[in-house]
Amino acid sequence: MPAPTTKRQSHGLSNALSGWLMSLPLALILFFFLLLPIVTIVIVSFWGATEYSIYPAFQFDNYEFLLTSPVTYQVFLNTIKYAVIAWAATLLIGFTIAYFLAFHVRSLVWQIALFLLCTIPFWTSNIIRMISWIPFLGRNGIANSTLIDLGIIDQPLEWLLYSDFAVILAFVHLYTLFMVVPIFNTMMRIDKSLLEAAYDNGATGFQTLTNVIIPLTKPGIMIGSIFVITLVMGDFITVRFMSGSQKANVGRLISNDIGLLQYPSACATAVILLMTVLLVIAVMLHFVDIRKEL
Amino acid sequence: MEARPRSFYFLAAFFVLFLIFLYGPTITIAILSFQGPQGGLTFPMRGVSLHWFHELFQQQAVGDIWGSFARSFVLGLMVMVTTVVVSVMGGLAFRKRFPGSAVIFYLIITSLVIPSILISLGVGLIFSQSGLTVHWSTSGFGSQLTWTLPFGLLIMFAVFNRFDKSYEEAARDQGASAWQTIWHVVLPIIAPMLIGVALFGFTLSYDEFARTLLTAGSYNTLPLEIFGMTTNVTTPVIFALGTLTTGFSLIIIAVFLITVLVLNRRRARLGSDAGKGMV
Repeated sequence: MPAPTTKRQSHGLSNALSGWLMSLPLALILFFFLLLPIVTIVIVSFWGATEYSIYPAFQFDNYEFLLTSPVTYQVFLNTIKYAVIAWAATLLIGFTIAYFLAFHVRSLVWQIALFLLCTIPFWTSNIIRMISWIPFLGRNGIANSTLIDLGIIDQPLEWLLYSDFAVILAFVHLYTLFMVVPIFNTMMRIDKSLLEAAYDNGATGFQTLTNVIIPLTKPGIMIGSIFVITLVMGDFITVRFMSGSQKANVGRLISNDIGLLQYPSACATAVILLMTVLLVIAVMLHFVDIRKEL
Repeated sequence: MEARPRSFYFLAAFFVLFLIFLYGPTITIAILSFQGPQGGLTFPMRGVSLHWFHELFQQQAVGDIWGSFARSFVLGLMVMVTTVVVSVMGGLAFRKRFPGSAVIFYLIITSLVIPSILISLGVGLIFSQSGLTVHWSTSGFGSQLTWTLPFGLLIMFAVFNRFDKSYEEAARDQGASAWQTIWHVVLPIIAPMLIGVALFGFTLSYDEFARTLLTAGSYNTLPLEIFGMTTNVTTPVIFALGTLTTGFSLIIIAVFLITVLVLNRRRARLGSDAGKGMV
């Protein structure tokens, strides 16, 4: 019977056509401002550079220099260090906050209100939020003067601002939100009767947490982790600002090369950074189906 | 209501500490921006004045704050409208799988996770190599969309995953065309979420730094201007500017939230009472 087949085919074709038409603007934007830039970066990473200009070439000099320099490995290690510490801190804090909101706040109105209170800073400027740590962490800042007044220290602590500590503090300050939102979202979808069943069977609160809530919250944890890890690994401005240019990560390596007009070398570093980030994401996506979790 | 367990009070205290951590620094610079003319970047306050706000309105030695604010505002509106329109179209398209949809989906995820400086670098290089001049309204606009669109689309995907298809079927059964169904049924139902997408579009653009860094050209947007100030301004004038822009962001957020609230109220009031009569 050819007729139904044809009909289904034409139906499928019109589906595809409307799908393509509707997603055309999206596809065009992603092509010109995402795909093409990535391709350009890969191409230029093989180019050469003089002090003032760049010229087309096909050479591996940039990669050779990058991969043989001990600085590269130090900086990558430092980037991974920031990512791991920031990830652990944001996960612990974010999970606790989401857990409180989802299971201890009883009315929906309060849940939404407190949740919004947690998310509002996300819609304000990151740079201002970094600047706002200066009066707190500075040499004569609130933290130091309070500690001195309390007699805990005699000398102001020098490592509060412009240090690894400040960088990680800022990451936690800026990005914990990215953990709270997806974890809260998955927690709100947990059927409350599962928790009651666990309690009825004699599970303690802690056992319920580790055996029921955490396994069911895994997708949210994964999505939050992807956000935090990629944001921290790709960052350059937080590290530059909060460390007073004293610490380095891969993003700063790239932005320093850009500042010196060494675009090919910046591109080579960018390619390696992108590959690292995509590899991490690919591994994490194995544990969660994002399309299913939305 | 059963009594609260002890863990509740512990977690509530943790939550309050978290809020202090979140908002404390911002509130601190808001207070310090009212420093007296002799005051510095930290406490103590040397008098209370509007001196540093006043400074913002003087001819600036460091740059063009109001020009950059105007540019950021216009760019935010451009990005907002584009994000809403493109996200809705993308969301509608993705309700059915079509050849290539998986590729576009992974591009959206890539757009979200790619380090922002790569977009800046790549777009900047494309423009310079093809002899075009980077400008905030062209290269800057496109670069920012790679950050706002993934958020808009993920929200739309979530919305359409929960969308009750029977509304559309009802419309179609009554003889509505595909366009009429979208325009008169689908869009009004998802309107509150569209306001959410618009909020993301505007604020993410308004605050975006890394993706505009190499793509804004010779006219700075506000975040670029503020960052420039951090390197050469050592007076509370930068706190005053921070307080003003944060205040502006809060007003924008409030406007969006109130709009959603009003829409929901109106819907509750004017909504159908179908199914309620028999109870």
